Amino acid sequence: MIERTPILDIVTQLILLLGLVIALVPLWLVVVAASLNLQEVNTSPLPLLPGSHLIENLVSVWQRGDLGWKLFNSMLVATLVAAGKVFIAALTAFAIVFFRWPLRMLAFWAIFVTLMLPLEVRIVPTYAVAANALGPLQTILEVTGLARLWQLATGVELALEWNLLNSYTGLVLPLVATATGTFLYRQYFLTIPDELVEAARMDGAGPLRFFRDILLPLSRTNMAALATIMFLYAWNQYLWPLLVTTDRANYGTAVMQLRQLIPSMFSEPEWNIAMAGTLIVMAPPLLVVMLMQRWFVRGLVATEK
Amino acid sequence: MADITLRALRKSYGGNEVVKGVDLSVPARSFLVILGPSGCGKSTLLRMIAGLEEITSGELTIGGERMNDKEPRERHCAMVFQNYALYPHMTVARNIAYPLEVAGVPRALRERRVRETAASVGLADYLERKPGQLSGGQRQRVAMARAMIREPRVFLFDEPLSNLDATLRVQMRLELRRLHQRLGVTSVLVTHDQTEAMTMADLLVVMNGGRIEQAGTPLEVYGRPASRFVASFIGTPPMNLVEAEIAPSGRLHTELGPLPIAVERIASGPVLLGVRPEHVLLATGPDNADLELPLELVEELGATRILHARLDGRGFAVATAPGLPFPPGATLLLRLDPSQLHLFGRADGRRIDAGLVRIGEQVPVAPTEAVAVPFR
Amino acid sequence: MDKRAWFRNTPLALALAAPQLLLVLLFFYWPSGAALYWAFTLEQPWGGGNVFVGLENFRTIFGDPLYWNSVGRSVVFALASTLLAMTLGMLLALAVDRRLKGHAGFRWALIWPYAIAAPAAGLAFRFLLSPEAGMIAYLNHSFPGLWNPIVNGWQAMLLIILAYSWKYVAYNFLFLLAGLQSIPKSVIEAAAMDGARPLRRMWDLQLPLLTPTIFFLLVVNLTDSFVDSFGIVDLTTEGGPNKATELLVYKIYFDGFKGLDYSGAAAQSIILMILVIALTFIQFRFVERRIHYS
Repeated sequence: MIERTPILDIVTQLILLLGLVIALVPLWLVVVAASLNLQEVNTSPLPLLPGSHLIENLVSVWQRGDLGWKLFNSMLVATLVAAGKVFIAALTAFAIVFFRWPLRMLAFWAIFVTLMLPLEVRIVPTYAVAANALGPLQTILEVTGLARLWQLATGVELALEWNLLNSYTGLVLPLVATATGTFLYRQYFLTIPDELVEAARMDGAGPLRFFRDILLPLSRTNMAALATIMFLYAWNQYLWPLLVTTDRANYGTAVMQLRQLIPSMFSEPEWNIAMAGTLIVMAPPLLVVMLMQRWFVRGLVATEK
Repeated sequence: MADITLRALRKSYGGNEVVKGVDLSVPARSFLVILGPSGCGKSTLLRMIAGLEEITSGELTIGGERMNDKEPRERHCAMVFQNYALYPHMTVARNIAYPLEVAGVPRALRERRVRETAASVGLADYLERKPGQLSGGQRQRVAMARAMIREPRVFLFDEPLSNLDATLRVQMRLELRRLHQRLGVTSVLVTHDQTEAMTMADLLVVMNGGRIEQAGTPLEVYGRPASRFVASFIGTPPMNLVEAEIAPSGRLHTELGPLPIAVERIASGPVLLGVRPEHVLLATGPDNADLELPLELVEELGATRILHARLDGRGFAVATAPGLPFPPGATLLLRLDPSQLHLFGRADGRRIDAGLVRIGEQVPVAPTEAVAVPFR
Repeated sequence: MDKRAWFRNTPLALALAAPQLLLVLLFFYWPSGAALYWAFTLEQPWGGGNVFVGLENFRTIFGDPLYWNSVGRSVVFALASTLLAMTLGMLLALAVDRRLKGHAGFRWALIWPYAIAAPAAGLAFRFLLSPEAGMIAYLNHSFPGLWNPIVNGWQAMLLIILAYSWKYVAYNFLFLLAGLQSIPKSVIEAAAMDGARPLRRMWDLQLPLLTPTIFFLLVVNLTDSFVDSFGIVDLTTEGGPNKATELLVYKIYFDGFKGLDYSGAAAQSIILMILVIALTFIQFRFVERRIHYS
């Protein structure tokens, strides 16, 4: 469009520059701080250019925080959450959109409602479930009297227990149990023309074949988008891993490990080490957003709306 | 009311040139239609006139004033977009009033003008609705009213009818013409629909690949297509094109065999011979037939009937009056009228103006000026 | 919203939906129900299970000045961070949407902060805004004691607001820009032909057409400021100084897991749930009235 708006253009550029400063300066200063030695990092104001101790600090925090193992845990959990979500949500959306069955709408709403309450607000009771995932079943059996029946019949007291604390299962499953992806798929499935189903049926394909040969290939972009945001979501989790793992050495994630890097009040604060750790922990999700921004944005916009 | 001139107008995005030097002059009060296939640069050209696209080089004037660097709002053009581009959150009344609102016209005057304009396009009862509650045709009218209310010097239409169903399209076509007759505002309309172009244009421009192929009245363009492209783009079914050679003697040898027709005033060489389906005649017998082709199938259109002959995998269509049934597989005996034949260069596709005569007849048929209609 | 063509095979459909339904029952409905149970019962100190106490737990909470302190702090945090993140996000989205030279680069980089885990952002800001080192400490050389979020409650609040908003500016920017770009280009062009200049078009067209997105983001920002703030608080101020930054989720965590007061924590969870549901409900009501482009 031909438009001469010199003043507005300058103002626009200034706003953009200001935005860039706000967005990137903190990131840059983390890099700078991570490259200084103990004495440099505690001078004020902070230098604006990196020092020469970056590698040294990274190595030091890597060893001190056992970050290799923690990053592996984070990677494993985030990958499992993303993969589980992409798969389970597709199955559910398929059942809800392409089948008629008695409790379909109930199932739909039961899953839909979960969008409302994030894990954080029901954290205490969810923790109790994780402590014994069979607890609910046990309670149901006790309340209905089936447990007593069992005891009378076998002479053994029924005590179901499946402890998810300090396990990858416990880290992963509650994060998969939300409706986010299901609705992304549902919205997409609803746009698939009826004729496609009818054509597949005329060609003799059953539901599972239709799912595998037509629906999944068509959903590839949605799957990529969903996987990207679920990976970030899981990687950046903090409160839940903090609760569900007491055995931090074996099951701790990278983000949890940041807590250990807060400098002690009683010695010279090792901010350079803390920032080196922050840098390592923030790098993987940052790389995902930098390199896969298309999928990330698409996934975020599609799941939230 | 203003005239528009385009001088060597070019537009390129990066290294990709989409409008490759267009010269055109649109007299004031006329209705110009730009016709072309998608991607030919016609919409870009329209948007350059509107000021929505920058002009890479060349000059644009409206009413004699150079417009290249003027902003859209300074050009006093109104535009109707393909999707109408109504403001979805505003009522019909405010949509129509918006140009006046921006111009700071007082409310009372604005409301009066909105009522008048809306009434003139039959929207008086819909003023308080939102665009989402209107039918396609009504939205179209709102877009028209919004364009009219400013009393612009030029109307620009970007495929305004393509989102309407067939019946409504015919109706709106007439309404647009009536409106143009009433207001007399210079109008430029872009379309890919040849019927729309033929029926609405005072001046028809056919574009292809960023260039003007031909400009003229609709009948000129139909009767004397300037190129092979125009010949096959306008007309349903399209003009039959047959490869041919002009022998040194002047006689035409086509891929279907020699014709008893000679070409005058032109050197021998390869050409394309074109003939419109309605200009192919049925011969009365084998002795006066120029072509014999096997009939493949017949399309009945009611008023006319199209006979499709087979020709090396391509079709050769003949339009005739409905009559006796032809069984498929029958042989068509066809006769050509030399005055209704078109020649195009095989290499460049440009029209070749030449005298064509039936061999043995003395009187050369006058070249085709007969069909030209002087420009209004 | 239903399809015309579908399969009829109830067992298969149930089998397909079963994994998610089981997970949702186990990790959503059971815990939510358990929260209700705990909120209305109290564990006997000498064992023997829980007894029903009615609204006793809620009465205790509402009578607790510390709880109201936490509510007040949460509201301040929610309003301030939402206002800050929305305003900046909106300015940036409008600026990028003008598509001046280099806008693609800005769009690319302005989203980065959203990738950063809240605790990581928290730790970074704790350093950058610390009173002894980082960016702002030199102020304290000239004016000793001017900036010290470790002892000054409001400065601590400002610290968590800044760290949290930093991430959400990127989030809001991303959604607002997507909203702006879903406005058909021809609508903006039509307005330009009608004589409206850029600022006028922002005011008359872009902002009104963006109201659904703005409203959606307001709700998400408020909700997330209640539920997503734990990581920031835990890594920067740890609720202090003197509970000045003890937001609701942080208090639930402390009462529940450090104080082992499950019933109190559950009752607080219920209140937070009602709050979040109310916000979400308003949003769903509004979503119905979105603008559809014709």
